[in-house]
Amino acid sequence: MLILAPDGSEVVAAEGDALHVPIVYLGESIPEPPPLSLVEPIAPDKGIAGAKLAIGDNNTTGQFLKQNFELIEKVVPAGGDLKGTAAELSGAGQKLIVADLTAPRLTEFADLPEMKDAVILNIRAEDDPLRATDCRANVFHVIPSRAMKADALGQFLISKKWMRWVLIYGVNDADKAFADAIRRSAKRYRAEIVEERGYEFKAGSRRTDTGEQQVREQMTQLTQRLPDYDVLIVADESEVFGEYLPYRTWDPRPVVGTSGLVPTAWHRSQEQWGGTQLQRRFTRAFNRWMLERDYAAWEAVRTIGEAVTRTSSGDASTLRNYIVSDSFELAAFKGKPLTYRKWDQQLRQPILLATPLMLVSVSPQEGFLHERTPLDSLGHDEPDSACRLNQ
Amino acid sequence: MLQRTLMAVSIALACGVTVDRAAAATAYVSNEKSNTITVVDLDKMEPVATVAVGERPRGITLSHDKKLLYICTSDDDHIEVLDLETLQVVRTLPSGPDPELFVLSRDGGTLYIANEDNNFVTVLDLAQGVVSTEIPVGVEPEGMAISPDNKILINTSETTNMAHFINTETLEIFDNVLVDQRPRYAEFTPDGKQVWVSSEIGGTVSVIDVTTRKILKKIGFEIQGIRADTIQPVGVRITPDGKTAFVALGPANRVAVVDVDSAEVQDYLLVGQRVWQLDFTPDAKFLVSTNGNSNDISVIDVAERKVVKSIPVGELPWGVAIR
Repeated sequence: MLILAPDGSEVVAAEGDALHVPIVYLGESIPEPPPLSLVEPIAPDKGIAGAKLAIGDNNTTGQFLKQNFELIEKVVPAGGDLKGTAAELSGAGQKLIVADLTAPRLTEFADLPEMKDAVILNIRAEDDPLRATDCRANVFHVIPSRAMKADALGQFLISKKWMRWVLIYGVNDADKAFADAIRRSAKRYRAEIVEERGYEFKAGSRRTDTGEQQVREQMTQLTQRLPDYDVLIVADESEVFGEYLPYRTWDPRPVVGTSGLVPTAWHRSQEQWGGTQLQRRFTRAFNRWMLERDYAAWEAVRTIGEAVTRTSSGDASTLRNYIVSDSFELAAFKGKPLTYRKWDQQLRQPILLATPLMLVSVSPQEGFLHERTPLDSLGHDEPDSACRLNQ
Repeated sequence: MLQRTLMAVSIALACGVTVDRAAAATAYVSNEKSNTITVVDLDKMEPVATVAVGERPRGITLSHDKKLLYICTSDDDHIEVLDLETLQVVRTLPSGPDPELFVLSRDGGTLYIANEDNNFVTVLDLAQGVVSTEIPVGVEPEGMAISPDNKILINTSETTNMAHFINTETLEIFDNVLVDQRPRYAEFTPDGKQVWVSSEIGGTVSVIDVTTRKILKKIGFEIQGIRADTIQPVGVRITPDGKTAFVALGPANRVAVVDVDSAEVQDYLLVGQRVWQLDFTPDAKFLVSTNGNSNDISVIDVAERKVVKSIPVGELPWGVAIR
């Protein structure tokens, strides 16, 4: 096809068939508890919505390059057959996978021989061992690790000179894992955890006719007779009680962690660096605000889109090589180009610190330097990680 | 004593020279957060008026007769037209959602508007005050430029990372050039042979040959003591003689001076914080930068390559146009 340029010359448009790039969104139907607050939206499409938005962005770009992206949603039942799914995907030549899976299921899937040369982008599992000890060449981590988030929070607390921390954690594995990440940060930044308390809370129903008084008393009791401290850090990833802590503590202290001031890859109040556009596009398409997993899915699909745009290829190993190369850069409304760490394939990115309605700060904080990039002051740096991918 | 006298003389000289050269120029600065336009007398080097306009004014441009100022009031989703004699908004024009930057056709009859929100360039007929067409482009259109012969319109799309070449006759894209991450601004050389496109997150300026649509060179920037990822090129202006380009480097708080022929960086000028956009005085003797985070503008002596004055304006100054 020829297109007329204004000087009368004819420009040859890309010839031949369009490059078709299927991207699989692989999820598992595990029930997730609804947010504790009635104000927060329940989002059954959390994650996939971000992937859909990014596919649209990829295709808008793709139309100029004769590249066509397709999103294929695959959801296995809880505990369902990942091997069969892997065989099916591999048989169809579908090797670009956005994985909305928990850590054990992610590693199970990634270790299947059918997925050996796939590009799997983890948008859910924040587990530190996946970055520190148990890396895989076919897995890229888009979602920040717990260590990155704890360090982002820790740097902020240090910059405020809030050095004495109380740590309260829930009973689930995820809560304990985040508590571990907080302990690691305390050690790194020489903050003191003056006391730790584990807490089991029966969440019950989200909506009740009464109960605010009972909750207040429970939280007051929970935080009674603590040594002198600056800030209370709560590790309650499953969100059964953390949201009840602010303003109900025995001592007047700020609450941070999984409630109050929260470290996160994305927040609805983030409008800097062009973030407004992404928020608006998302809200218009899905009638709710963009959540962290949506953002991670958007970044994952855009990672593939960017690699396809620059390499003109849909081949998994070509894309993989490009993504870990020095040429790869992703603009993702964080004011900096995002790249993947070579040793563990974690996406480097600034971490937002936000209260429910407002962005408070963005880490890395001023003064936390690193020889490579300040972004590597967050999470497991190369010397702290046993992983040595791409060497 | 002698030293003090010398200093006094040099201050007097500097002021004298300044007053003389910038005679009668007026700068209009859009303040993204204050929702105002600050009017700055570049003769006195001070703000003389503040005009309330619509929500989130960003890109601004003068009509060719310099009597009107067109303002992208982004959050009001329209264009406002400010009469520069009365300083009243005399007209509101449709623009499509979230207009950010635009460019006026060489005959002054058409505004080409980048709608950041919906992947379109809106073509607005100014006489009729109606949208005549919408041109689909990449994700998050932003930078806009028109060739000196009015035949080629450039639009940059921030998430698609392209400069789209649009035929103004057919209003269709006839070519696309991939550039580095988040292209923000496009500027033609006065001879129309090149277009310079800044990439904010990529940290580069791509020099594109207009005839072949090939990138001739990517200009990188290095400033001692400044982290590479804070060097974020946004506004670009080229002197009317086509010899020197100025590039606003965002949070690096510098304006780079680039030799156009060699595309080599020659100097970095320290301005206010988070420098966004630039414009020349009509005689091109001075360049003004808007400094988003320090709420001021810097006045640069073009020949001396020196910042001669900082002038406070409103909150988060964004665009600038000078008559």
